[in-house]
Amino acid sequence: MDRILSQAKKIAQQAELFQISSRIIPVNFEANRLKEIQAKESITNALRLIKGGKIGFAQANGFIEPNKLVEMAEETCQFGMPAKFDFPGSTVYPKIDIFDSQVEKFSLEKMVETGDRLISAVTKHTPYIVCEATVAKGIITVNIINSAGGSANYDKSFFNISVEGVLIRNEDMLFVGDSLSSCRPIVDIEPIVEEVIMQLELARRNASLPTRVMPAIFTPRGVASALISPLISAFNGKTVFDGASPLKDKLGLQIFDKNFSLWDDATLPHQVASYPCDDEAVPGQKTSLVDRGVISNFIYDLQTAALAKTKSTGNGDRRGGVPAPSPSSLVIGSGDVTFEYMIKDIKEGLVVDTLIGAEQGNILNGDFSGNVLLGYKIENGEITGRVKNTMVAGNVYQLLKQIEAVGKDARWVEGFLQTPSLYCSGLSVASKDG
Amino acid sequence: MRNQITDALKGRKADYIEIRIEENKSARLVYRGKRLEEVGRTSSVGGNVRALVKGGWGFVSFNDIHNLKDNVDLAIKEAKLTGKEGFELSPIEPVIDIVKPEEKDRSLTLASKKQLLDDYNDIILSTPKIQTSSIGYSDGQKKTTFTSSEGTYIEQTRDDINLRLTAIASEKGEVQQMGLSIGSPGDFSALQDLQQQAKQIAERAAALLAAPQAKGGEYTVVLDPVLAGVFAHEAFGHLSEADHVYENERLKEIMVLGRKFGGKHLNIVDGAAVPGFRGSYKYDDEGVRATKTYLIHDGILESRLHSRETAAKMGEKTTGNARAINYSFPPIVRMTNTYIEPGTLSFEDIIADIKEGIYARDWYGGTTSLEMFTFSAAEAYMIRNGKIAELLRPVVLSGNVFATLSNIDAIGNDLEMNQGGGCGKRGQMPLPVSNGSPHIRISRCLVGGS
Repeated sequence: MDRILSQAKKIAQQAELFQISSRIIPVNFEANRLKEIQAKESITNALRLIKGGKIGFAQANGFIEPNKLVEMAEETCQFGMPAKFDFPGSTVYPKIDIFDSQVEKFSLEKMVETGDRLISAVTKHTPYIVCEATVAKGIITVNIINSAGGSANYDKSFFNISVEGVLIRNEDMLFVGDSLSSCRPIVDIEPIVEEVIMQLELARRNASLPTRVMPAIFTPRGVASALISPLISAFNGKTVFDGASPLKDKLGLQIFDKNFSLWDDATLPHQVASYPCDDEAVPGQKTSLVDRGVISNFIYDLQTAALAKTKSTGNGDRRGGVPAPSPSSLVIGSGDVTFEYMIKDIKEGLVVDTLIGAEQGNILNGDFSGNVLLGYKIENGEITGRVKNTMVAGNVYQLLKQIEAVGKDARWVEGFLQTPSLYCSGLSVASKDG
Repeated sequence: MRNQITDALKGRKADYIEIRIEENKSARLVYRGKRLEEVGRTSSVGGNVRALVKGGWGFVSFNDIHNLKDNVDLAIKEAKLTGKEGFELSPIEPVIDIVKPEEKDRSLTLASKKQLLDDYNDIILSTPKIQTSSIGYSDGQKKTTFTSSEGTYIEQTRDDINLRLTAIASEKGEVQQMGLSIGSPGDFSALQDLQQQAKQIAERAAALLAAPQAKGGEYTVVLDPVLAGVFAHEAFGHLSEADHVYENERLKEIMVLGRKFGGKHLNIVDGAAVPGFRGSYKYDDEGVRATKTYLIHDGILESRLHSRETAAKMGEKTTGNARAINYSFPPIVRMTNTYIEPGTLSFEDIIADIKEGIYARDWYGGTTSLEMFTFSAAEAYMIRNGKIAELLRPVVLSGNVFATLSNIDAIGNDLEMNQGGGCGKRGQMPLPVSNGSPHIRISRCLVGGS
């Protein structure tokens, strides 16, 4: 790494080298049986230069001659964006517990056994279900050095279990599933088994809803599936700076219900989305986005923060190559109402667990619209069955402006979002039956 | 390199082993509004080994391609741990072939690509009510070397270019957008002369600000060729991928060959052997020769898309549809160029007798759960009394595959292929594909709305 950086410093005013290496082992089950074991090793070096005040970038996956990487980055400098920031110098990073050596020691045989246990628990409950499952573990190592003397590195371990089952009755397909992630090995599969069995129980019968506007409860999975994408887009500092976020001039204003709070937190222990530093060596932090309904901040990387005349929130993310703002873990504050109590409150309504196609709407505007892959009908305070051939459409700003109740049932979904169930009024439902 | 690969396979014990080595070079340009936010180049070298032992697979991917023997051993070890009951892969003739890359003009500089995109961006940004724009361009060349323990050795080089232009309009807290996706298997001229289209998407994004939202419910819907192509891909293409079907007894019953899925006028094709598109190639990532496959022929389910494993297990012919997005993934069953064959009707014929319906154009996205699909149109109009009427906000269409295919009651004569975007499956995206169709009409299609 030092060789690349010192070569880069010869031709550019500033330089930064980001290196990530990973070793990931997924164990895949298909059709209720062990199917494939993988081992994936990768190493990437990404070089950012600032030359003549402009940013250049090149990335190499696998081996590359240092001078070739420098040459590639230099070629792009002439067209690059004017750099508005300086690379961060030496600093102190928070200590965050995201590495567990037990992950490395967790054997392939035990991973296979965990997957087998998971599938047999689900198939024992529902014999004809066909499951796909993955038990995966991995170690990621990040190293960042820059010409300002900044230097950061950390190891992260992760462990992930997911299952998806399909149950076919005639031409009716029912999809159920759930996943769990942690930086430590997951031995207790009970939470995921319980969730899937609950889905199967609630979906035992089919029910139909009329086409009209009605109250709806979004389960934690439903919040992740329907509501979170428009929010992520709106709180991205870049969308805000470009004036394309509906929240662009709403800082300090009450936009959501006072029971709604949202924050980004890179410092939570054992969470797979946590980190001591982001991908440009800025310390990870907790950032409030919505405080009791009031917009309190947006998320930024170095360049976007500089353009917007504010500070990076430690959210520079490299998944797309050049760093861009992206959330770490998102948390929606929990409330004090049980899921059962919310159901009891509704005469006729819908529980939304999974939508397909929700992110295809105009998410910039906060709109979502999708087919209910998994959702239940509420009738006179009870869940009466699973709905099918049903589409919902809504706008997160309208729905979350007045929330009927926030659940006390917060949980992690998809490894990056902790949320309770949210009970909203006024969701448009269109159904084939009604 | 070839010697090293053959050497690594020597004496290794497994039912089947393959080694894929890739070299990849790509460039990216990303604009947000006036800012050219990213100009970057990427170079990749990597490979993988896949081994089959008693029906279980081991897969190892890596960047260090000089340690093949150890990686072969690891893949075999994993496969042994997985395998219980063996099966034979569908047989293919081993081939040795070096597929020469097509002659293409690769001399374009980063500066000339940038100039063209600047031009489109200026057109979009100078349109009234446009708040900002977003442009993503990428091009790449990938050289793959495939070697199997059965004696196959194939070198292939593929080019791919992808462009997405998005215009974002804003007024009084409302935000609307309209996009254009163009792709090509390496021919840069496909991206030239789009000034008119750039202007059009900007004007339409602005017009959407004042457009009403469709009322949710069931409609007779007419899809333009772009959206109908997405429909063919989402609604039926994915269901035709045999890996969804081959180990699911109940789905096998539903997807039995010879079953009637639509009217006699309905023909749906997939094939990498159809030349000249982003989903075209000579051999797939298992070294199987590409074909052209009728998924639906005269309304009847005729065949499906296979890897060597799914073909073997279902007792059907290989189709050359096993594809991997890059060396860090094993090949899985994927579509290539998917389209509905043209019929005889003109667009005017198709809308003539619709009293109230929706004309949906251009795609924004699409996804499927196999049974249910949803896809979104970027642009929609009401149809009233056989005529195109007012502009609507973008609509999301959804339905049940089995019911919807038989609800296609008119097929146009104007087939067009669309090469923008890409397909995602099991974490492998965006894979270069193309899809297409003539205008089609669907009776009773569910539309989400207010």
